[in-house]
Amino acid sequence: MFNRRAQRLFAGSSRSKTGRDRFIKLSYAMNKKTHSITENKSVKKRRRAGLEKGRGRMRSKGRQINASAHNDVRRLLGGRKRRSDLLLEHLHLVQDYYGCLSLDHLAALAVEMRLSQSEVYEVATFYAHFDVVGDNDTVPPALTVRVCDSVTCAMFGGQELRKDLANKLRGEVRVVRAPCMGRCERAPVAEVGHYQVDDATVSSIEKVITEGLRLPRIPEYVGFGDYERGGGYELWRGCLGGSREPESVITEMEQSELKGLGGAGFAAGQKWKIVRGAERPLMAVNADEGEPGTFKDRFIMETDPHRFLEGMLVAAWAVGAFDIYIYLRDEYPASREILLRELGVLAANGLIDGINVFLRRGAGAYICGEESAMLESLEGKRGEPRHKPPFPAEIGLFGRPTLIHNVETLYWVPKILTKGAAWFARQGRRGRHGLRLFSVSGRVKEPGVKLAPAGVSALELIEEYAGGMQHGHHFKAYLPGGASGGILPARLANIALDFGTLEEYGCIVGSAAVVILSDHDAISDVVLNLMRFFEDESCGQCTPCRVGCEKAVKLMERPEWDEALLRELSAGMADASICGLGQAAPNPLLRAFEFFREELPI
Amino acid sequence: MMAKEISFTIDGKEVAGLPGETIWQVAHRLGIEIPHLCYSPAPGYRADGNCRTCMVEIEGERVLAASCNRLPKVGMVVWVESSRARNARSIVMELLVADQPARLQAHDPESELWQWAERMGQVESRFPKRSAPPNDSSHPAMSVNLDACIHCTRCVRACREVQVNDVIGMAGRGADNLIVFDMGDAMGESSCVACGECVQACPTGALLANSTALETETRDVESLCPYCGVGCQLTYQVEGNRITSVVGRDGPANRGRLCVKGRFGFDYVQHPDRLTTPLVRKDGVAKLADDWVDPSNPFTHFREASWDEALDLAAAGFTRVRDQHGGGALSGFGCAKGSNEEAYLVQKMVRVGFGTNNVDHCTRLCHASSVAALMETIGSGAVTAPFSEAANADVLIVVGANPAENHPVAATFFKNAVKAGSKLVVIDPRGQALKRHADYMIQLKPGSDVAVLNALMHVIVHENLYDREYVKSHTDGFEELRAHLLDYSPEEMSRYCGVPADTLRAVARLYGNAECAMIFWGMGVSQHIHGTDNARCLIALALLTGQVGRPGTGLHPLRGQNNVQGASDSGLIPMVYPDYRSVSDPSEREFFEEFWDATLEAEPGLTVVEIADAAYEGRMKGMYVMGENPAMSDPNAGHVREALCKLDHLVVQDIFLTETAVYADVILPASAFPEKDGTFTNTDRRVQMAQQVIEPPGEARQDWWIIQEIARRIGLDWNYTGPQSIFEEMRGCMPSIAGITWERLCDQGAVTYPCRVVGDPGEPIMFGDGFPTSNGRGRFIPASIVPPDEVPDEDFPMILTTGRQLEHWHTGVMTRRSKFLDELEPDAICELSPADSRRLGIVAGAWVRVTSRRGMIELKARITGSTPEGLVFIPFCYAEAAANLLTNPKLDPFGKIPEFKFCSVRLEEVSPPNI
Repeated sequence: MFNRRAQRLFAGSSRSKTGRDRFIKLSYAMNKKTHSITENKSVKKRRRAGLEKGRGRMRSKGRQINASAHNDVRRLLGGRKRRSDLLLEHLHLVQDYYGCLSLDHLAALAVEMRLSQSEVYEVATFYAHFDVVGDNDTVPPALTVRVCDSVTCAMFGGQELRKDLANKLRGEVRVVRAPCMGRCERAPVAEVGHYQVDDATVSSIEKVITEGLRLPRIPEYVGFGDYERGGGYELWRGCLGGSREPESVITEMEQSELKGLGGAGFAAGQKWKIVRGAERPLMAVNADEGEPGTFKDRFIMETDPHRFLEGMLVAAWAVGAFDIYIYLRDEYPASREILLRELGVLAANGLIDGINVFLRRGAGAYICGEESAMLESLEGKRGEPRHKPPFPAEIGLFGRPTLIHNVETLYWVPKILTKGAAWFARQGRRGRHGLRLFSVSGRVKEPGVKLAPAGVSALELIEEYAGGMQHGHHFKAYLPGGASGGILPARLANIALDFGTLEEYGCIVGSAAVVILSDHDAISDVVLNLMRFFEDESCGQCTPCRVGCEKAVKLMERPEWDEALLRELSAGMADASICGLGQAAPNPLLRAFEFFREELPI
Repeated sequence: MMAKEISFTIDGKEVAGLPGETIWQVAHRLGIEIPHLCYSPAPGYRADGNCRTCMVEIEGERVLAASCNRLPKVGMVVWVESSRARNARSIVMELLVADQPARLQAHDPESELWQWAERMGQVESRFPKRSAPPNDSSHPAMSVNLDACIHCTRCVRACREVQVNDVIGMAGRGADNLIVFDMGDAMGESSCVACGECVQACPTGALLANSTALETETRDVESLCPYCGVGCQLTYQVEGNRITSVVGRDGPANRGRLCVKGRFGFDYVQHPDRLTTPLVRKDGVAKLADDWVDPSNPFTHFREASWDEALDLAAAGFTRVRDQHGGGALSGFGCAKGSNEEAYLVQKMVRVGFGTNNVDHCTRLCHASSVAALMETIGSGAVTAPFSEAANADVLIVVGANPAENHPVAATFFKNAVKAGSKLVVIDPRGQALKRHADYMIQLKPGSDVAVLNALMHVIVHENLYDREYVKSHTDGFEELRAHLLDYSPEEMSRYCGVPADTLRAVARLYGNAECAMIFWGMGVSQHIHGTDNARCLIALALLTGQVGRPGTGLHPLRGQNNVQGASDSGLIPMVYPDYRSVSDPSEREFFEEFWDATLEAEPGLTVVEIADAAYEGRMKGMYVMGENPAMSDPNAGHVREALCKLDHLVVQDIFLTETAVYADVILPASAFPEKDGTFTNTDRRVQMAQQVIEPPGEARQDWWIIQEIARRIGLDWNYTGPQSIFEEMRGCMPSIAGITWERLCDQGAVTYPCRVVGDPGEPIMFGDGFPTSNGRGRFIPASIVPPDEVPDEDFPMILTTGRQLEHWHTGVMTRRSKFLDELEPDAICELSPADSRRLGIVAGAWVRVTSRRGMIELKARITGSTPEGLVFIPFCYAEAAANLLTNPKLDPFGKIPEFKFCSVRLEEVSPPNI
């Protein structure tokens, strides 16, 4: 019954003449041993046939390598290794130098790195900070301004700011939206080149543009000398000097009950124990906090980087890793400067002899904060999460067992090992243990990173730590754990914020990004904003997340929401997505159905 | 020992998983159906677990799991039919269906996607549609319908992991994910080699072969690919008496893979030029070397005849010559495209009926020198191990071969091996697709093979990397070789071959230190006047290091034609009877005289080029050419054409009116590959069964019948009833296949010889315990540097090298009559380096005249970075610009193979055609 194919039939061999047919009427005269061939009739005839056809390739298959582009790329790469895991680094080199990635440069880079063009292209087009310019595309203006439109910035007018800016600066600079830049305490935020503008307005951004500010601002931070004077690196020297043993350090870590503070909450000591037993392990540091509302890792790196670095070195030492890869999100150029600088200082002071610390740049992809996606990205690939099992502690970076930690988890290591596990475990409220850094943003008077005991409540964070609600705002709701943690009403603001305490309300604390909403914030807008964020940041690997987020946004853009269908979809996404992104994406929507029904268009 | 089973439960039932089996595989084996789209059970496809249509619930786990890539654990409790799992699978399918074109408008309404959607009751969707990316019809053979794409990446894995052509990628992110070719290029403009693996893999019709089917009801016939020596098994899909498409079959050589020729080059059989009636040369039409005949209208030169008349005329001519001039004035060319049975009949007719050993075929032009070297050193002319052993080799050397173009499916297995960690060394003057995968690419100066190979051996001996024990117990002549190699240091040889000494040393160490290493070679080694020396060096390299006779080791000359191995085995060689039994050996001759009940000529016959020379000189009077095309394929083709004109009697049996048939007295319309049954032997010594798929057109007849009819008319009492009866006779005189029964071939499809007695499993890897030489030992034969016969000079300053290209086969008779292949490579071209292009001011697409001392042709210039400076490459498939009009017929003294790979030419731009 289905015979559509028949309509697309080729003419059929009975009617088609092949090149051979057209050519066959050539004379063989020219092929006689005598070379006295002139333009006789048959040759002309044959040539004519050739011209009529004339659509054969006259070069090798596919896109040709442009010699000057190849020279450009060679020059930029210089003596750098051409290993495939360096693809993102090399793409950054080209992007930074030329402001975009032309297909000629990409093709040349492929040749240099002995990769296929598709392997280079698919990576370049995955990351938001690479501007791949097609053959027919116009080259973007030299300057790009990114304006954050994630939840906190959106509450503070980020989207309107972008529109106004784009209208005003049309053509001169490129104004694009961007997901969370990790400066939510100063929302709305924009980035001019790599210069980040806090509390941004059209005029403040224009001023930055006019003044030519493009490089990141490096804040004051505790340098190596100050850190050392305060007792810093005593622990590390003790490890190196033999006064500490990995086994006892791991035991201490286990007793401290420190959990992975990137969001998953896996017991750090236990992780060390597993990796310690593995062969030739590696270490990877996840400095890609991208969860909207989270900025604590940036805070650490920009204020007290050595505490984190010392923790990192101790962790690597404890598990027997000699290669450490720090995967730093590209939204944190200042952190990058600081880390580069301070790693140099450590090397100069002989503190990292025999240890390779590689600082790698992300390129604008929230998903790379997922640990296995981060590993893929570190290997120079698209940041698509891996299936688990196997877990990274067994098969991780480059197929080797890998200890992965978030910045904050490592930040706590020196304190725990100096002051003792018992000290750390003693901290906490409501029966919870330990301390952590809460990123508090939204409608509070004093947003920022708050050092608070685990188990603190949202209400306590607002009242004790953040100076209370902003004038004219009434506390209505809060996100306990960024975009994926769900959304809770103010009446549930007394519950402990910690791993394992919010699950009964369908929420998670995750990276402890607490966003406070007020009566000025429409829940349906917030929920749609978060779903759009997931749609943009889904890697696209699996159906429930890739198609699910896209369909959910389309359904939620309708004047009336189809609750039954959205609930069915949410269940499928939560159950069938490969990684946490898709599994958690429906959380805010589902909690909104539960706690804020009256506000939703259902 | 059986590894331990994993017991777990599926839907409450106790089941046992085999080691390595996924939940999906266990369920499937037990008849429990779980949907799947991104997962393909085809060999070589990694489960990716991305589509999520195969989700199952595992007790104790927070979320569902993809059954296609999850291994069960003992005691695991798996639910396929729980409502949670079912709901998840349904919503996933509904999400996918939402974005599909409606089924009635679907590109492939019977795709896996629609079949599963139907079975799951999920053919409708409540979700809003996305805006679909545009479709791409830029490729002649395949269409890209991204509106049907479900992003399952089967095509990416097909292209990247299975065939390793690395064209398809997944670009973009999230819902904007997009399947791309290279860098978002149109498929037809991309570096796609059109292997079609992606269309075979696609479960939705998003990638679809441009089918020629008129109806949906087709029948499938399992057979083989008619092109190269890889021996891919495939299935023809047939409608009436017309082949509509081809899909790869899981054969031992190809594991479901095909290349562009095998997949899309099937329609030549239906071309209107097919010979459908016997033709006889018209009275008074002279044979002129520069004549041409339009294959679609041969009646300018020929008239139709009945089979009886044509066969009588053909036979009478042979009888007349034989009676007047003796059998030595007759010769026959068999065909490496024909079956073993046909080859056997041709050589038997020539030997018994013509009374001469003047029988040869195009093996002379491809691996004659390799066979000569192999025979004299290790006593056997075939490969020592199948190419699939590349998977077990630590080091692969590919020398003088471009398998990505000429043995594309074999090349995929080499690339798989490299991906799995094997080291690859490619030695060839021209760059090629394998270069990107190679650890070392040695682009030597053309013709400097012996210098390179002796330098490698010099290092291996000098640095004691050779296998003393092996050399002592399995070889003769080491001391002479050692002494000979003293003069061949890498530093010295570097001057000859242009390869840095350090590279030569590194490669020698790589090979010398390898646990298992394999050498593959092609015509870049054999087609030189020092072709036998080249092969001797390769054999010596393997013998020195003991890299023969074990898994992952061996010597493998990649055979060209689909049955060049079998045609040689069957005796289409002037010096040997079937199974390489020497015609000069009285006891062998006695055997065959008795076996065939005939008196046989003791003198070895003439080879291909010698036969042409004899005809030119008037010594050769009559020729029978079955399936060969010497007017295109032989060196100095102008000379060959003149020689053919001088024959008193030429009978050509073929499927098209070839360039050779132009000079025929009688033309017999034969059957094409899919029109007959028969056995074919691939490059691995694997005998495979081909089945008749369609009927020959018009009055065209099966070749075995035609040969038998001629034989009967020249006095032989033959009564074969078909290929099976011929094969049975062959088993009686060919000990190496004596154990292969026709029934077993019908049953299993493939058996590797030697298989001496019935039930013998066959022996893919040979010579673990010595060689079939007189003393069981291999022999080193030192080789010295012999320069090419015709080196460039002032008049002819450039080097011409010839070969094949991916889309066209041999002299183009078949492939240039295939619509898709012709569209992909329509024009005669010569390949030039960018440097020569600049130097000569010849731009891409310009017309150039290429002239050698023997002839000239005009064709278009293609500028390719893979061509080294000073070299021109011309494929020999283009009748309108036949490369062999230029080539040098000088022969290798041992293999009698001409130097196709080296002669000197000059290039000049000629004005573009003015109309």
